[in-house]
Amino acid sequence: MVFPGTWSDRDCAHAVLDVLQEPVRYIDHREQSVDDLELVILPGGFSYGDYLRCGAIARFAPVMKAVADFANRGGLVLGICNGFQILQEARLLPGALLRNASCEFRCEWVHLRVEQSNSAFTLDSRPGQVLRIPISHGEGNFFADPETLEVIERSGQVVFRYCGADGRVTADANPNGSLHNIAGITNARGNVVGMMPHPERACEPLLGSDDGLAIFRSAIHALARVPA
Amino acid sequence: MRYRAEVFVTLKPVVNDPAGLTIRGGLHTLGFDSVTEVRAGKYLVLTLDETDATQARARVDAMAEQLLANAVIEDYRIELEPVGEPVATGDASA
Repeated sequence: MVFPGTWSDRDCAHAVLDVLQEPVRYIDHREQSVDDLELVILPGGFSYGDYLRCGAIARFAPVMKAVADFANRGGLVLGICNGFQILQEARLLPGALLRNASCEFRCEWVHLRVEQSNSAFTLDSRPGQVLRIPISHGEGNFFADPETLEVIERSGQVVFRYCGADGRVTADANPNGSLHNIAGITNARGNVVGMMPHPERACEPLLGSDDGLAIFRSAIHALARVPA
Repeated sequence: MRYRAEVFVTLKPVVNDPAGLTIRGGLHTLGFDSVTEVRAGKYLVLTLDETDATQARARVDAMAEQLLANAVIEDYRIELEPVGEPVATGDASA
Protein backbone atom coordinates (compact mmCIF):
# COMPACT_ATOMS: atom_id res chain seq x y z
CA MET A 1 0.00 0.00 0.00
CA VAL A 2 1.34 3.40 -0.93
CA PHE A 3 -0.14 6.56 0.59
CA PRO A 4 1.44 9.97 0.07
CA GLY A 5 4.25 9.88 2.63
CA THR A 6 4.60 6.09 2.91
CA TRP A 7 8.30 5.25 2.98
CA SER A 8 8.75 1.52 3.69
CA ASP A 9 6.80 0.20 0.70
CA ARG A 10 9.89 -0.74 -1.31
CA ASP A 11 11.54 -2.41 1.67
CA CYS A 12 8.41 -4.52 2.16
CA ALA A 13 8.32 -5.38 -1.54
CA HIS A 14 12.00 -6.35 -1.37
CA ALA A 15 11.34 -8.74 1.52
CA VAL A 16 8.39 -10.43 -0.18
CA LEU A 17 9.49 -10.33 -3.84
CA ASP A 18 13.28 -10.51 -3.81
CA VAL A 19 13.84 -12.53 -0.66
CA LEU A 20 10.77 -14.76 -0.51
CA GLN A 21 10.12 -14.89 -4.28
CA GLU A 22 6.42 -14.15 -3.99
CA PRO A 23 4.64 -11.79 -6.44
CA VAL A 24 4.05 -8.23 -5.31
CA ARG A 25 2.16 -5.26 -6.64
CA TYR A 26 1.97 -1.75 -5.20
CA ILE A 27 -1.52 -0.59 -4.21
CA ASP A 28 -2.33 3.05 -4.88
CA HIS A 29 -4.29 4.84 -2.14
CA ARG A 30 -6.91 5.86 -4.73
CA GLU A 31 -7.79 2.31 -5.77
CA GLN A 32 -11.30 1.01 -5.15
CA SER A 33 -10.59 -2.69 -4.78
CA VAL A 34 -7.94 -5.04 -3.43
CA ASP A 35 -9.86 -8.18 -4.31
CA ASP A 36 -7.10 -9.49 -6.61
CA LEU A 37 -4.77 -9.79 -3.60
CA GLU A 38 -4.21 -12.38 -0.90
CA LEU A 39 -2.24 -10.21 1.49
CA VAL A 40 -2.30 -6.46 2.03
CA ILE A 41 0.66 -4.77 3.75
CA LEU A 42 0.35 -1.24 5.10
CA PRO A 43 3.99 -0.19 5.40
CA GLY A 44 5.59 2.39 7.63
CA GLY A 45 6.13 6.06 6.90
CA PHE A 46 4.40 9.34 7.54
CA SER A 47 1.18 9.08 5.54
CA TYR A 48 -0.24 12.54 4.84
CA GLY A 49 2.56 14.02 6.93
CA ASP A 50 1.04 12.49 10.09
CA TYR A 51 -1.11 15.61 10.19
CA LEU A 52 -3.69 15.74 12.98
CA ARG A 53 -2.76 12.25 14.23
CA CYS A 54 -0.66 9.44 12.75
CA GLY A 55 -2.89 7.54 10.35
CA ALA A 56 -5.92 9.77 10.88
CA ILE A 57 -6.09 11.04 7.29
CA ALA A 58 -4.95 7.80 5.62
CA ARG A 59 -7.87 6.04 7.20
CA PHE A 60 -10.19 7.97 4.86
CA ALA A 61 -8.21 7.26 1.68
CA PRO A 62 -10.49 5.74 -0.98
CA VAL A 63 -8.73 2.36 -0.80
CA MET A 64 -9.33 1.92 2.94
CA LYS A 65 -12.98 0.99 2.44
CA ALA A 66 -11.77 -1.87 0.25
CA VAL A 67 -9.16 -2.85 2.84
CA ALA A 68 -11.81 -2.94 5.59
CA ASP A 69 -14.06 -5.14 3.44
CA PHE A 70 -11.08 -7.36 2.61
CA ALA A 71 -10.17 -7.69 6.30
CA ASN A 72 -13.76 -8.36 7.35
CA ARG A 73 -13.92 -11.20 4.83
CA GLY A 74 -10.84 -12.75 6.42
CA GLY A 75 -8.19 -11.35 4.05
CA LEU A 76 -4.71 -11.08 5.57
CA VAL A 77 -3.65 -7.56 6.52
CA LEU A 78 -0.35 -6.56 8.11
CA GLY A 79 0.16 -3.01 9.37
CA ILE A 80 3.74 -2.04 10.16
CA CYS A 81 4.54 1.09 12.17
CA ASN A 82 2.47 3.83 10.48
CA GLY A 83 0.39 0.99 9.01
CA PHE A 84 -0.39 -0.16 12.56
CA GLN A 85 -1.48 3.38 13.45
CA ILE A 86 -3.73 3.47 10.37
CA LEU A 87 -5.38 0.13 11.26
CA GLN A 88 -6.19 1.48 14.72
CA GLU A 89 -7.59 4.72 13.34
CA ALA A 90 -9.72 2.58 11.00
CA ARG A 91 -10.87 0.58 14.05
CA LEU A 92 -9.65 -2.65 12.48
CA LEU A 93 -7.45 -3.07 15.57
CA PRO A 94 -8.10 -1.89 19.14
CA GLY A 95 -6.22 0.76 21.08
CA ALA A 96 -4.10 3.69 19.98
CA LEU A 97 -0.41 4.59 19.73
CA LEU A 98 0.68 7.61 21.73
CA ARG A 99 3.86 9.60 21.60
CA ASN A 100 6.82 7.66 23.01
CA ALA A 101 7.11 8.12 26.75
CA SER A 102 10.62 9.55 26.20
CA CYS A 103 9.23 12.08 23.68
CA GLU A 104 12.10 10.91 21.44
CA PHE A 105 12.11 9.23 18.07
CA ARG A 106 13.57 5.77 18.64
CA CYS A 107 15.47 4.02 15.85
CA GLU A 108 17.17 0.95 17.27
CA TRP A 109 17.25 -2.83 17.41
CA VAL A 110 14.83 -4.43 19.84
CA HIS A 111 13.94 -7.96 20.87
CA LEU A 112 10.40 -9.20 20.58
CA ARG A 113 8.89 -12.15 22.34
CA VAL A 114 6.29 -13.98 20.29
CA GLU A 115 3.27 -14.40 22.56
CA GLN A 116 0.88 -16.22 20.26
CA SER A 117 1.18 -18.43 17.23
CA ASN A 118 -2.56 -18.15 16.53
CA SER A 119 -2.35 -15.20 14.14
CA ALA A 120 -1.68 -15.58 10.42
CA PHE A 121 1.61 -13.73 10.89
CA THR A 122 2.98 -15.81 13.76
CA LEU A 123 1.90 -19.24 12.54
CA ASP A 124 5.50 -20.35 12.00
CA SER A 125 6.69 -19.03 15.34
CA ARG A 126 6.36 -20.62 18.74
CA PRO A 127 5.26 -18.70 21.82
CA GLY A 128 8.34 -17.60 23.75
CA GLN A 129 10.50 -17.34 20.64
CA VAL A 130 12.62 -14.17 20.57
CA LEU A 131 12.97 -12.16 17.36
CA ARG A 132 15.51 -9.39 16.78
CA ILE A 133 13.91 -6.65 14.67
CA PRO A 134 14.43 -2.86 14.53
CA ILE A 135 11.99 -0.13 15.50
CA SER A 136 11.87 3.37 14.03
CA HIS A 137 9.14 5.57 15.42
CA GLY A 138 8.20 8.54 17.57
CA GLU A 139 4.67 7.43 18.36
CA GLY A 140 4.57 3.75 19.22
CA ASN A 141 3.45 3.92 22.83
CA PHE A 142 0.61 1.38 22.89
CA PHE A 143 -2.44 2.46 24.84
CA ALA A 144 -5.86 0.93 25.42
CA ASP A 145 -8.37 1.63 28.18
CA PRO A 146 -8.29 -0.91 31.03
CA GLU A 147 -11.33 -2.85 29.81
CA THR A 148 -10.00 -3.14 26.25
CA LEU A 149 -6.54 -4.10 27.54
CA GLU A 150 -8.05 -6.84 29.65
CA VAL A 151 -10.01 -8.20 26.67
CA ILE A 152 -7.03 -8.31 24.32
CA GLU A 153 -4.83 -9.92 26.98
CA ARG A 154 -7.43 -12.52 27.93
CA SER A 155 -8.29 -13.41 24.36
CA GLY A 156 -4.65 -13.80 23.33
CA GLN A 157 -4.56 -10.84 20.96
CA VAL A 158 -1.13 -9.67 22.07
CA VAL A 159 1.25 -11.24 19.56
CA PHE A 160 4.54 -9.45 20.32
CA ARG A 161 6.05 -7.91 23.46
CA TYR A 162 9.28 -5.96 23.81
CA CYS A 163 11.74 -8.07 25.78
CA GLY A 164 15.41 -8.51 26.51
CA ALA A 165 17.68 -10.78 24.47
CA ASP A 166 16.84 -13.53 26.98
CA GLY A 167 13.10 -13.15 26.34
CA ARG A 168 12.34 -11.56 29.68
CA VAL A 169 9.72 -8.81 29.48
CA THR A 170 11.10 -5.95 31.58
CA ALA A 171 10.61 -2.19 31.87
CA ASP A 172 14.16 -1.71 30.58
CA ALA A 173 13.27 -3.54 27.37
CA ASN A 174 10.32 -1.25 26.70
CA PRO A 175 11.50 1.40 24.21
CA ASN A 176 8.43 3.63 24.16
CA GLY A 177 6.29 3.19 27.27
CA SER A 178 3.79 0.77 25.71
CA LEU A 179 1.32 -0.73 28.19
CA HIS A 180 2.32 -4.32 29.05
CA ASN A 181 5.33 -3.94 26.68
CA ILE A 182 2.95 -4.49 23.76
CA ALA A 183 4.69 -4.27 20.37
CA GLY A 184 2.08 -5.96 18.19
CA ILE A 185 -1.50 -7.17 18.37
CA THR A 186 -3.97 -9.11 16.26
CA ASN A 187 -7.71 -8.84 15.82
CA ALA A 188 -9.83 -11.60 17.37
CA ARG A 189 -9.93 -13.53 14.10
CA GLY A 190 -6.14 -13.54 13.68
CA ASN A 191 -6.10 -12.22 10.10
CA VAL A 192 -5.22 -8.58 10.88
CA VAL A 193 -1.97 -7.82 12.71
CA GLY A 194 -0.37 -4.50 13.57
CA MET A 195 3.16 -4.10 14.89
CA MET A 196 5.50 -1.17 15.50
CA PRO A 197 8.81 -2.96 14.68
CA HIS A 198 9.86 -3.33 11.05
CA PRO A 199 10.20 -6.99 9.99
CA GLU A 200 11.05 -5.91 6.42
CA ARG A 201 14.23 -4.32 7.77
CA ALA A 202 15.30 -7.65 9.25
CA CYS A 203 14.89 -9.95 6.26
CA GLU A 204 18.49 -10.77 5.30
CA PRO A 205 21.66 -11.51 7.31
CA LEU A 206 23.26 -8.56 5.49
CA LEU A 207 20.83 -6.26 7.32
CA GLY A 208 21.87 -7.65 10.68
CA SER A 209 19.02 -10.11 11.14
CA ASP A 210 16.59 -12.17 9.11
CA ASP A 211 14.21 -12.78 11.99
CA GLY A 212 11.54 -10.65 10.31
CA LEU A 213 11.10 -13.22 7.56
CA ALA A 214 9.22 -15.50 9.95
CA ILE A 215 6.35 -13.00 9.90
CA PHE A 216 6.04 -12.86 6.11
CA ARG A 217 6.61 -16.62 5.78
CA SER A 218 3.83 -17.31 8.28
CA ALA A 219 1.39 -15.33 6.15
CA ILE A 220 2.43 -17.25 3.02
CA HIS A 221 1.94 -20.55 4.84
CA ALA A 222 -1.42 -19.37 6.21
CA LEU A 223 -2.55 -18.65 2.65
CA ALA A 224 -1.37 -22.06 1.44
CA ARG A 225 -3.29 -23.73 4.23
CA VAL A 226 -6.59 -21.92 3.62
CA PRO A 227 -7.05 -21.09 -0.08
CA ALA A 228 -8.58 -17.64 -0.55
CA MET B 1 -24.83 32.48 8.83
CA ARG B 2 -21.10 32.18 9.09
CA TYR B 3 -19.69 30.68 12.27
CA ARG B 4 -16.30 30.38 13.84
CA ALA B 5 -15.81 27.15 15.74
CA GLU B 6 -12.92 26.53 18.08
CA VAL B 7 -12.22 22.88 18.78
CA PHE B 8 -10.01 21.96 21.76
CA VAL B 9 -8.71 18.40 21.59
CA THR B 10 -7.06 17.00 24.73
CA LEU B 11 -5.90 13.60 25.88
CA LYS B 12 -8.37 11.88 28.19
CA PRO B 13 -7.43 12.21 31.87
CA VAL B 14 -6.59 8.47 32.02
CA VAL B 15 -4.09 8.77 29.14
CA ASN B 16 -0.49 9.56 30.01
CA ASP B 17 0.77 12.72 28.30
CA PRO B 18 4.56 12.58 27.81
CA ALA B 19 4.62 15.97 26.06
CA GLY B 20 2.75 17.58 28.97
CA LEU B 21 5.16 15.99 31.46
CA THR B 22 8.15 17.25 29.50
CA ILE B 23 6.73 20.78 29.33
CA ARG B 24 6.06 20.67 33.08
CA GLY B 25 9.69 19.66 33.62
CA GLY B 26 10.80 22.64 31.51
CA LEU B 27 8.63 25.00 33.54
CA HIS B 28 10.07 23.63 36.76
CA THR B 29 13.60 24.16 35.40
CA LEU B 30 12.69 27.80 34.78
CA GLY B 31 11.56 28.13 38.36
CA PHE B 32 7.81 27.90 37.90
CA ASP B 33 7.56 25.47 40.78
CA SER B 34 3.87 26.07 41.39
CA VAL B 35 2.92 24.15 38.22
CA THR B 36 1.60 20.75 39.25
CA GLU B 37 0.26 19.56 35.89
CA VAL B 38 0.48 20.38 32.18
CA ARG B 39 -1.72 18.75 29.56
CA ALA B 40 -0.81 19.38 25.94
CA GLY B 41 -3.49 19.28 23.26
CA LYS B 42 -4.57 20.58 19.87
CA TYR B 43 -6.44 23.76 19.04
CA LEU B 44 -8.32 23.95 15.74
CA VAL B 45 -10.24 26.91 14.35
CA LEU B 46 -12.89 26.24 11.72
CA THR B 47 -14.96 28.74 9.75
CA LEU B 48 -18.18 27.33 8.32
CA ASP B 49 -21.48 28.44 6.80
CA GLU B 50 -24.57 26.85 8.36
CA THR B 51 -28.23 27.83 8.70
CA ASP B 52 -28.15 28.26 12.48
CA ALA B 53 -26.05 27.65 15.58
CA THR B 54 -27.67 24.30 16.41
CA GLN B 55 -26.89 22.98 12.97
CA ALA B 56 -23.36 24.39 13.07
CA ARG B 57 -22.65 22.74 16.43
CA ALA B 58 -24.07 19.42 15.23
CA ARG B 59 -21.82 19.53 12.17
CA VAL B 60 -18.66 20.34 14.14
CA ASP B 61 -19.60 17.62 16.63
CA ALA B 62 -19.78 15.13 13.76
CA MET B 63 -16.42 16.33 12.43
CA ALA B 64 -14.82 15.86 15.86
CA GLU B 65 -16.32 12.39 16.25
CA GLN B 66 -15.20 11.23 12.81
CA LEU B 67 -11.83 12.90 12.37
CA LEU B 68 -10.69 15.74 14.60
CA ALA B 69 -10.46 13.66 17.79
CA ASN B 70 -9.76 9.97 18.38
CA ALA B 71 -12.32 8.79 20.93
CA VAL B 72 -9.96 6.04 22.11
CA ILE B 73 -7.57 8.57 23.63
CA GLU B 74 -8.98 12.07 23.28
CA ASP B 75 -11.78 14.34 24.48
CA TYR B 76 -12.88 17.49 22.71
CA ARG B 77 -14.72 20.70 23.49
CA ILE B 78 -16.32 23.07 20.99
CA GLU B 79 -16.84 26.82 21.27
CA LEU B 80 -18.97 28.43 18.61
CA GLU B 81 -19.67 32.04 17.72
CA PRO B 82 -21.39 33.75 14.76
CA VAL B 83 -19.08 35.94 12.68
CA GLY B 84 -21.59 37.44 10.22
CA GLU B 85 -23.27 36.62 6.94
CA PRO B 86 -21.42 34.44 4.42
CA VAL B 87 -19.77 36.20 1.50
CA ALA B 88 -22.26 36.31 -1.39
CA THR B 89 -21.66 33.78 -4.12
CA GLY B 90 -23.20 33.31 -7.57
CA ASP B 91 -24.79 36.07 -9.59
CA ALA B 92 -27.34 37.48 -7.06
CA SER B 93 -25.77 40.96 -7.24
CA ALA B 94 -25.47 41.08 -11.00
